[in-house]
Amino acid sequence: MKAAAAEGGGPCRADGDDSLYPIAVLIDELRNEDVQPPLESLATVEETVVRDKAVESLRKISQEHSPVDLEVHFEPLVKRLASGDWFTSRTSACGLFSVCYPRVSSTVKAEIRQHFRTLCSDDTPMVRRAAASKLGEFAKVLELDYIKSDIISLFTALASDEQDSVRLLAVEACVSIATLLPQEDLETLVMPTLRQAAEDKSWRVRYMVADKFSELQKAVGPEITKNDLVPAFQNLLKDCEAEVRAAAANKVKEFCENLPEDNREQIIMTHILPCVKELVSDTNQHVKSALASVIMGLSTILGKDNTIEHLLPLFLAQLKDECPEVRLNIISNLDCVNEVIGIRQLSQSLLPAIVELAEDAKWRVRLAIIEYMPLLAGQLGVEFFDEKLNTLCMAWLIDHVYAIREAATCNLMKLVEKFGAEWAQNTIVPKVLGMANDPNYLHRMTTLFCINALSEACGQDITTKQMLPVVLKMSNDQVANVRFNVAKSLQKIGPVLDSNALQAEVKPVLEKLATDTDMDVKYFAQEAISATRAVFALHAAAPSPPVLDANFEKQMEQQAVCFH
Amino acid sequence: MGEDTDATPTLNHRGFLPDHNYVTEADIISTVEFNHTGELLATGDKGGRVVIFQREPEGKTEPFSQGEYNVYSTFQSHEPEFDYLKSLEIEEKINKIRWLPQQNAAQFLLSTNDKTIKLWKVSERDKRPEGYNLKDEEGRIKDISTVTSLQVPVLMPMDLMVEVSPRRVFANAHTYHVNSISVNSDFETYMSADDLRINLWHLDITDRSFNIVDIKPTNMEDLTEVITAAEFHPHHCNLFVYSSSKGTLRLCDMREAALCDKHSKLFEEPEDPSARSFFSEIISSVSDVKFSHSGRYLLTRDYLTAKVWDLNMESKPLETYQVHDYLRSKLCSLYENDCIFDKFECAWNGSDSVIMTGAYNNFFRMFDRNTKRDVTLEASRESSKPRAVLKPRRVCAAGGKRRKDDISVDSLDFTKKILHTAWHPTENIIAIAATNNLYIFQDKLNSELH
Repeated sequence: MKAAAAEGGGPCRADGDDSLYPIAVLIDELRNEDVQPPLESLATVEETVVRDKAVESLRKISQEHSPVDLEVHFEPLVKRLASGDWFTSRTSACGLFSVCYPRVSSTVKAEIRQHFRTLCSDDTPMVRRAAASKLGEFAKVLELDYIKSDIISLFTALASDEQDSVRLLAVEACVSIATLLPQEDLETLVMPTLRQAAEDKSWRVRYMVADKFSELQKAVGPEITKNDLVPAFQNLLKDCEAEVRAAAANKVKEFCENLPEDNREQIIMTHILPCVKELVSDTNQHVKSALASVIMGLSTILGKDNTIEHLLPLFLAQLKDECPEVRLNIISNLDCVNEVIGIRQLSQSLLPAIVELAEDAKWRVRLAIIEYMPLLAGQLGVEFFDEKLNTLCMAWLIDHVYAIREAATCNLMKLVEKFGAEWAQNTIVPKVLGMANDPNYLHRMTTLFCINALSEACGQDITTKQMLPVVLKMSNDQVANVRFNVAKSLQKIGPVLDSNALQAEVKPVLEKLATDTDMDVKYFAQEAISATRAVFALHAAAPSPPVLDANFEKQMEQQAVCFH
Repeated sequence: MGEDTDATPTLNHRGFLPDHNYVTEADIISTVEFNHTGELLATGDKGGRVVIFQREPEGKTEPFSQGEYNVYSTFQSHEPEFDYLKSLEIEEKINKIRWLPQQNAAQFLLSTNDKTIKLWKVSERDKRPEGYNLKDEEGRIKDISTVTSLQVPVLMPMDLMVEVSPRRVFANAHTYHVNSISVNSDFETYMSADDLRINLWHLDITDRSFNIVDIKPTNMEDLTEVITAAEFHPHHCNLFVYSSSKGTLRLCDMREAALCDKHSKLFEEPEDPSARSFFSEIISSVSDVKFSHSGRYLLTRDYLTAKVWDLNMESKPLETYQVHDYLRSKLCSLYENDCIFDKFECAWNGSDSVIMTGAYNNFFRMFDRNTKRDVTLEASRESSKPRAVLKPRRVCAAGGKRRKDDISVDSLDFTKKILHTAWHPTENIIAIAATNNLYIFQDKLNSELH
């Protein structure tokens, strides 16, 4: 027993029940039936996390018991909890029925079923909620006959409970129960309740139905889906409460994908697409945003012609939406459309949309589009990028907001990884190095940060011949911040350079900076000198070309934090 | 009903100097609330403290100590704070306390000041572990060299200790002053209402709440009414009511929409044009709203009246009770000394047959809805000796016939106001907060509710 690990274990401290949490974990390691009594009392505390952990531990212990021990030791514990005075013990009991049921005798099984029935109609909503949330799990271990005779009536009762919070948990149970029953029984035993839930007065219950729609679809099978779920889904897409519409909109792609193949296209075109068209101009931005994140996926399902005729106008409309999140969601999912119709169809509208997002007043919107840029560049191809997007990427480097400049630098690095060092040399590097002469010191520093990020991807040649001279020149900069970042850069790009450059050019400059008047410049120069000394040593030791050990390079990178 | 009321005042648990009429501001009681069984009574004061009283169990040897409330626990719930962004002080005064239904041996209550709501756990400890290996009885670390054998600590009985610990702090959700909190019948969520917004919280989640009502206009210059009180229906988890400064009540159904800005029912009494005056709107502001225990009726209090509404009838109240109509001619001076803005609370008895509310001069009023009789009683040291029967009081309007022992309107003390009252959930026991004193009255002869 790891006694020392009981950090909250001092019972003298009136610290509250959070201190019981580590103990519950501790006891889990013991796995002894003598451990059950403390777990039993832990299962009655009011702190939910402690109760849950105690129940989890008890469930694990139950697996270790033999069937005899289950009946002698474990089931009485469950009975006691289930008949406890406080509702906390009764809620915990709900989590223990399913683990002991399978391996006990049939008389005990009957008792357990009885207890569960009682808890499903308990006075307090908390217990009914716990029972409802465990209904599916319990049904899984029951025999089919009992599912039909017991569980269904409990399920319908909980699904009509007066408390909203209980009814919405019954929706989840519906999925498990539907999976367990044979198809022919679903229509009579489950569907009436499900239909009721989809039209429940409380939007929260309808929301749950929308949220679980894909699981429900799989559970009920294609016939019922066609007859019942399609109209239900339509209603959810047109629901009066925006939260429900948004939840349903999120499921459009998945729902359509899982429709039976034979009439999938017809169902979508006749029933789903009209609703989707309405949603594109929904008043609520979250609904539109949810739709935008999945609507592109429909193009793979519907094929080229339908996409061009029906979906393309929707994409374009959302691309011009006033809400930036909607536009971003469209842009981030272009790959599906690319597969089906090619990006060129969209690119005319795409470009203005990207530019508008890239210049949005809110920096977080600008940040989001930068993060999609490597993905877009990959999809659109290098020519398109060079033509239209290159200027944007450069403009971001001199944005007013630091987070944007930082993201833009990282973006450049990813683009170089995608398009290669040669492309970098022709298109990016000259512009980046040009910034070194900018009158604004922040832009000059950005040059250094870009060099830090790009040196590795660009390779030794470009770094030594083009980048290094610029860095060294900046060591004479008027602004101390620039100078100490020069030191940091030299440390960062050191491993990429060859030993001659290091010895002849880098070392003298660092030594000069080490005598600088500014404290920080001196400090970072010293750091760089010690770091490069290690590199020198390695070079000296290995007469072969200075291809450094990958681990060592990683260590160097970790030491040299490029951004201050 | 009223004539037989027995008075068992609880005195002086606060700093009250008998010689002077000096009251420490911090001791002024700001809220009173019984728990669901009536065994516990909590009071909050302006100094941010909460005092919990517990009822002695019946059947003790002394006959007179049956059912008396004694101090069970005292703790500091809220401290004064300073909002740096707005350069405003946040008072520590407890605005409301609400008990949670009992879930295990411990008790839980929510207490709120203007900005922050806290969940407190009140538990009893009667056992203490003794016989540690590394620590001695006083808690000092033992010298290891003196320990020669190991012992297993055992739990020994000790004097009962009541521990109070904060379990949750629900902060940063209200721009304006919180005036009400109410626990939902699902025992999982509760709401907090400020002047313009109502938020829904989950008892386990403190970093997030949902806004369910927002009456803030886009342009603050268009502001005409504020929320004054809010409460959940006692049985229906989806219904709640909130009252406004314009005298309206709105019943909202959380099932209909996520944001309940549109009410399901609007309860408003049409204004009587003949009674219109400069003060009409001010005195129509509803200061408190309470559902009846049955859930069928609403009780509201505005400045001069208490009204009972039927949930099924929105056009006018079912019953209107005049609390202190003699003040109608004095509204001007009451406006000048700000008393017209006093927020009186109201209460139902357990069977919803009697309603109670406070007034001035330490008077409080009870109205029997069935017999239509009403009584005025006084909560003060002079008029209530322990275990004496309370005498009904009468206020005679200016110029009216004056009987012996009557008080004239002009001699009412407007600094002695009874704003906070509570009625035991099942028995005829009431708690009255008179400035910094708490009075508890019991109806010994008529303990059974009728």
